[in-house]
Amino acid sequence: MRVSCTVNGRPLEADGLGPGESLLSLLREHLGLLGSKNACEQGECGSCAVEVDGSLVCSCLVLAGQADGREITTIEGLSTGDGLHPVQQAFVEAGAIQCGFCTPGLVMATRDLLRRVPDPDDDEIREALAGNLCRCTGYQKIIDAVHLAARR
Amino acid sequence: MSRYASENEELAPPLSATTLEHEAGRIGDPAERLDGVPKVTGAFEYASDLRREGMLFGATLRSPLAHARIRRVDIARALASPGVEAVLLARDVPGKKRFGLNFDDQPVLAAGVVRYAGEPVAVLAAASPAEARAAVGRIVLDLEELPGVYDMEQALEADAPKVHELGNVLRHVHIDHGDVASTRADVWVDGYYETAMQDQAPLGPEAGLAVPAEDGGVDLYVTTQWLHVDREQIAPCLGLPEDRVRLHLAGVGGAFGAREDIHSQIHACLLALRTSKPVKFSYGREESFSGHVHRHPSRIWVRHGARRDGKLVAVSARLLFDGGAYASSSPAVVANAATFAAGPYEVPNVQVEATVVFTNNPPCGAMRGFGAPQVCFAHEAQMDKLARALSLDPVELRLRNALATGSVLPTGRPIAGSAPVREVIEACAAIPLPEPEPTSGRGALHYPGGTGGTTRGEGLQRGVGFAVGYKNVAFSEGFDDSTAARVTLRLDDGEPEAEVYTAAVEMGQGLYTLLAQIARSELGVERVVLRQADTLIGSAGSSSASRQSTMAGGAVQLACRRVREELSRRARARGAGDGEAHGLAELRDLLDEPATAEAVHRHRRTERFDERGQGDVHVYLCFAAERAVVEVDEELGLVRVLQVAAAVDAGRVMNPLGLAGQVEGGTAQGVGLALMEEVQLSGGVIRNASFTDYLIPTMLDMPPVAVRAVEYPEPEGPYGLKGIAESPTVVATAAVVAALRDATGRELNRAPVRPEEIVGLVGPARSAGAPAIPDVPGQEAVPSYLAMSSGQQHLM
Repeated sequence: MRVSCTVNGRPLEADGLGPGESLLSLLREHLGLLGSKNACEQGECGSCAVEVDGSLVCSCLVLAGQADGREITTIEGLSTGDGLHPVQQAFVEAGAIQCGFCTPGLVMATRDLLRRVPDPDDDEIREALAGNLCRCTGYQKIIDAVHLAARR
Repeated sequence: MSRYASENEELAPPLSATTLEHEAGRIGDPAERLDGVPKVTGAFEYASDLRREGMLFGATLRSPLAHARIRRVDIARALASPGVEAVLLARDVPGKKRFGLNFDDQPVLAAGVVRYAGEPVAVLAAASPAEARAAVGRIVLDLEELPGVYDMEQALEADAPKVHELGNVLRHVHIDHGDVASTRADVWVDGYYETAMQDQAPLGPEAGLAVPAEDGGVDLYVTTQWLHVDREQIAPCLGLPEDRVRLHLAGVGGAFGAREDIHSQIHACLLALRTSKPVKFSYGREESFSGHVHRHPSRIWVRHGARRDGKLVAVSARLLFDGGAYASSSPAVVANAATFAAGPYEVPNVQVEATVVFTNNPPCGAMRGFGAPQVCFAHEAQMDKLARALSLDPVELRLRNALATGSVLPTGRPIAGSAPVREVIEACAAIPLPEPEPTSGRGALHYPGGTGGTTRGEGLQRGVGFAVGYKNVAFSEGFDDSTAARVTLRLDDGEPEAEVYTAAVEMGQGLYTLLAQIARSELGVERVVLRQADTLIGSAGSSSASRQSTMAGGAVQLACRRVREELSRRARARGAGDGEAHGLAELRDLLDEPATAEAVHRHRRTERFDERGQGDVHVYLCFAAERAVVEVDEELGLVRVLQVAAAVDAGRVMNPLGLAGQVEGGTAQGVGLALMEEVQLSGGVIRNASFTDYLIPTMLDMPPVAVRAVEYPEPEGPYGLKGIAESPTVVATAAVVAALRDATGRELNRAPVRPEEIVGLVGPARSAGAPAIPDVPGQEAVPSYLAMSSGQQHLM
């Protein structure tokens, strides 16, 4: 199977995909974009979160074929040049990162939240990010990072 | 400015060439992570991201049964399967057939018999992950199921099936301090407690890439917690000398003890050497549950005696831990549990009988807390029972018994180092409680059950629970514990730059940031490069046991000071004074040649147990107190945790940002064991090996954690610091369940607490009585008396 899509603004094409392969597999195994992580591959942890036509999805739950003709944004597409995206910068400054395996997904989900709710309170943050598991931080510093990013 | 570097850029490109634009801090600063930028952009390379041209993908056939005789393994169809280049069985292991942390009792690939469900029987390598998985499905494994041992008390029965020929007792530790039998007390309280098997659930699963080398050896890039002990286990199985097996740390996505044991290391190296191609293993979540050890389930029978004024006079405890099918680090876990069973209290008479048994359940070993959370759950419930029996405030009762420097431990030795137990209790108790809330009209997330909308305020009860506990820092029981470091100071584009090189593992805990802070503070430079860890330098010991800040920190401190001595020699030789307090300009003059120094840090040698379980077994102790506030829906058994207040004994705070993150994250894992985390077994088979069925706390489950650090420097440790990574996990489970008892009035003697126990549909866990004490040759692990070839660590 062949899939053509735009990833982080660049038109890309991949061939030889199996019919059951996920968007996560397309990104990681075929396009070499390794920033989206495979921690559960059941849509439970959010580590593989990307945007498809502006909607946040778990890329492990989306078939690669469904990405055909779509615009995909991954963690690799957030920073521009030397500068970090404000959400990325806030995660670094707030100490919201430990092992970092959940971080790309949480950054994508935070960016999505802040576009919908520019200044979320703690409850809105907890509800929006409850689909992203983190085993290291206990989440406190992640909430701090979201507030920090919202202020910028 | 900091960055990663690597010795051989071709073999291992830098994890990221990104440099941080800001100064990342000195000792005591809230330093941002050294690897924060690559982790936040997705550029950080984890082991599961590793790639090499022409690499193959490994896959493992695991036993579906927990105890069985292997009648036949037919690999013919797998060998003929598309893309497959090699299929290996036990007979293909060229060297030693077994490995293990404490004893080499675990087969590289099972032969003859399998002892747990998930045990590897065959491994293969194929051109793609899909082809590798398909080929595993084509191996015919013919098993004859054998009677198994799936219950830790059953394991002790005379007619129980034997998991190993040596029997089912792996180790029994006996501590006999004072004279419990003739102690008189005004009040006695008895208790029985159970804790479940817990999974570390690091987000990054096990992975590694083995690359065959021209010298006939192999380079392995891998997730681990201790490169050198991996190599000591891998090389003999490959039949290679250690210097031809080189390990390099790949990006680790969390560990929490799960990376202490071998996962795919030996399999990947065997297949790489067989095929002469790079071979990568990368476990999925389900396989990860079989690919690492778990926290031991425990059963604890305990009796506390106290005077009317609350002073403890006696504690006797019987501990039983399920070690699963292989030894792993169980002997050290059960020893830890035994030493902490009476809690962080002065108790003149203590008797502990602690047994870890083999069963046909999945192997248990290291997880954050290492035996201490289980006994903390029991001793803290006992302290609350005692407080009720004596009509004393639970916090006051703990203060009256708190250990301090000079207090004699149940192991018969006074505490030499800092022991601010009273201080952590008081600091925790002083943290303000959350404000009372109105019963109705709250936001949905402020009710138990959250957005499920299961209550509008009916049937709610608030409860408060308090717990104190402790954990040893660094290795105990006489282990010769050391860490090597090399520090090089040089000019890079005219600017002084320090390179810090150790084999110590960064797995997310923030060690490398701390080592950079130390180098900056000791050398007065801004730029620090952390070289990626590998086995080309001396061992760092494990990144576990809360030890690496002390051990690697101490080694880097020492190496930096030797670099400064070298600069002083240069300065004196050039007639430029003694070279102390060099400014940057002066440094540039002295660094026409790089200045390098190596150092090895060792802590005071500890002792083994004597025949009564007495001895100076632990080098440092780290204490913590936590208070949990919960609200319970009494009709549905749903729980909301409102707040955890935490006070930890930090010695000296090196990085407040990193410390808070460790306390908050460690607390979350304890909250998980209190409320939801349990590896569920049926006939030894894990029934919930996924994040759909094994629940860990989400952002909706975790309350704010109020963190206080208490600073009483450890006199023997570098900078006076103590590793605090484990003590919050030790106490959190006990604190949360205590709060649930306070809210419900129920006994709740088992963790995790289930909703049906909260509402009373299921009663407390019951026991017919403690099992008999097994007959063992002595305090050491049983295999060490049986001329069984010893393992690698000699930890016991």
